[in-house]
Amino acid sequence: MDVNEPFRNPNLAERLLKELAADPQPAVIMEICGGQTHSLLASGLDQLLPRTLELVHGPGCPVCVTPVEMIDKAIHLAENRHVLFTTFGDMLRVPGSNSHLLAAKSRGADVRMLYSPLDALALAEQRPDKKVVFWAIGFETTAPATALAVWMARQKKVKNFSLLVSHVLVPPAMRQLLSSPQNRVQAFLAAGHVCAVTGWQPYQAIAEEFHTPIVVTGFEPVDLLLGIHRAMQLLRSGCGRVDNAYGRVVRRCGNEAALNRIAEVYCQCDRTWRGLGLIPASGLRLRDEFAEYDAEKIFDLQSNHAAQTGPCISGLILQGLKKPSDCPLFSVDCTPEHPLGAPMVSAEGACAAYYHYKTR
Amino acid sequence: MNKEQNTFSGSRSALAHPPIVQMAHGSGGRMMHDLIRNFFHAHLVSDQLQKGDDAATLAMGSSRIAFTTDSYVVQPIFFPGGDIGDLAVNGTVNDLCMCGARPLYLSAGFILEEGLAFDELERVLQSMAAAAERAGVQIVTGDTKVVDHGKADRLFINTAGVGILEHDHEMGARCLQPGDQILLSGPIGQHGLAVLSQRQGLEFSGEIISDTAPLHELTASLLAECGAAVHALRDPTRGGVAAALNEWAETSGVEIRIAQNKIPVLPAVQSGCALLGLDPLSLANEGKMLAVVASEWAERALQVMREHPLGRQAAHIGEVKAGSAGWVSLRTELGAWRVLAWPSGELLPRIC
Ligand code: SF4
Repeated sequence: MDVNEPFRNPNLAERLLKELAADPQPAVIMEICGGQTHSLLASGLDQLLPRTLELVHGPGCPVCVTPVEMIDKAIHLAENRHVLFTTFGDMLRVPGSNSHLLAAKSRGADVRMLYSPLDALALAEQRPDKKVVFWAIGFETTAPATALAVWMARQKKVKNFSLLVSHVLVPPAMRQLLSSPQNRVQAFLAAGHVCAVTGWQPYQAIAEEFHTPIVVTGFEPVDLLLGIHRAMQLLRSGCGRVDNAYGRVVRRCGNEAALNRIAEVYCQCDRTWRGLGLIPASGLRLRDEFAEYDAEKIFDLQSNHAAQTGPCISGLILQGLKKPSDCPLFSVDCTPEHPLGAPMVSAEGACAAYYHYKTR
Repeated sequence: MNKEQNTFSGSRSALAHPPIVQMAHGSGGRMMHDLIRNFFHAHLVSDQLQKGDDAATLAMGSSRIAFTTDSYVVQPIFFPGGDIGDLAVNGTVNDLCMCGARPLYLSAGFILEEGLAFDELERVLQSMAAAAERAGVQIVTGDTKVVDHGKADRLFINTAGVGILEHDHEMGARCLQPGDQILLSGPIGQHGLAVLSQRQGLEFSGEIISDTAPLHELTASLLAECGAAVHALRDPTRGGVAAALNEWAETSGVEIRIAQNKIPVLPAVQSGCALLGLDPLSLANEGKMLAVVASEWAERALQVMREHPLGRQAAHIGEVKAGSAGWVSLRTELGAWRVLAWPSGELLPRIC
């Protein structure tokens, strides 16, 4: 039985849409996660919501927010002939300052797409002749698995395995967005799968401090509608607090075992986000005890501070200030086959979502 | 090649594809389509190639034959529900069937990697023999090459096939007409997901096995019953239903409209796709058929398909419109309309 089935139910969706349409209050709501952006467009929900409701797309696409500088580092590493470079699929096509990993692969670099960091560890055990690097990207959702891989590598005394860590954390980015003088967002839909790990507790302080409703929301169309519906209720009653519209998955305190694993292996660090700049304490790095598994320490990776150049406006899109359709290059020069920016590459990127699910 | 030409100049330099072949060129999506149109068709010129069908149809004396070839590089070579051997037979058989031919003879070329175990090779040959028998074809000629360890991934197979056309009406990618109806022979996405889950060691509930099967009986009964009312057939392999429909819409210069809630998808495939962020419409099938049938024959055609075990769950999924030429539109479960785009990128390399 598919537990998500009821959350795709068109009748339920229709009822919720009717209720929303009955509310004349205009609002700007940001869905944090790129998966939610995709679901919104794939289901056509964006077309069915009342015009008074504006959904803006947030920075919740880990591929999109990884800065050019980090991508250059990854490519540099992958081109080291002693290295077998591994990561999640979408990262292969994200443009750095003058190439991407897939191009490096086509030129002979050993780059592999994996679904799990544990596969990278297994690969390291099979290939003692290579230094296997896994590029650990993603939010709190993927961090437990990468932490586990490092922990097991130490347990098994695997020496030819390391991580290039660019994990990022959601709450600091939300703070940054809300603190910006240009901010228009009145309420957030928090990413359900991130909250499954962290719980919704970490959002409480943000909701109170900025007096902004935050609703933990899932990914099916009805989940999104339930999230929007709650957000509107909270806005109407002037409540700056967290509400959980994804109760079938998310608990207040999250997944304790996963959080402990993260804390054991990683500590917080400042991190640069594409589009948002440097955000204090918004990333994870390996603790010093795990330095021998830290690719940035093992390899000589000069940082060239490459900035995003060119006409791509992904920075504004990631802050919710512009829509992909506002970009003059969208679907003309920039397509998934010839992406000019990360949001057109990633399956979770807003530009790719607009491209794939465009209307006429 | 104009706009498709890849260069490293100008503002696109950072992001343009290098002028070399990448895995995405083999994934059945837009890049592969463009590679074929802009590169192969530019150098290898023939009317048959330009038609963009699964097989060439040729006059030989007083009869007409269909002729096709396909290479199989699936990895892993054994996957839930099949292996590279039955895939190599069924895939080529189906390419012939989709042109309305009765498959007769196959060739088989093998590229073996040094170190391949005899018992693995034997298993593959056994399943090829069984698949040929099931499809009513004979493998009549072959070739074997061995390459150094590391120069191939265990075993690659090429098969070519010849079949006889027993009808004389024009059908194919160019023959879609406004008003035609689109039928699909059963639930989609199984092969793509089965191979992917095997490769990634993902534990799905065991329900997802490849649908690899020969479709010769299904196409034969459809053509026998509905004849010239069948305007096009296609087995949506790499790139899935999304790529097949886009290719049709472009080649015939029509709009295709389908309804999401009419498309059969097994619950296990649905949840597997949700987990991996994949769209069943972009996943490969190896035993499914899309059919374009004149409107007044649609109901009969659906009935004929459902009478065959491989078409038991056949569905009427959409229609052809004059509308916007080259577009495929999808009505979502919630009732909104959006585009069904070409699948892009390196979705699932080497699934066949
Ligand atoms: S459409 Fe392309 S160029 Fe424009 S913002 Fe999106 S990724 Fe950048």
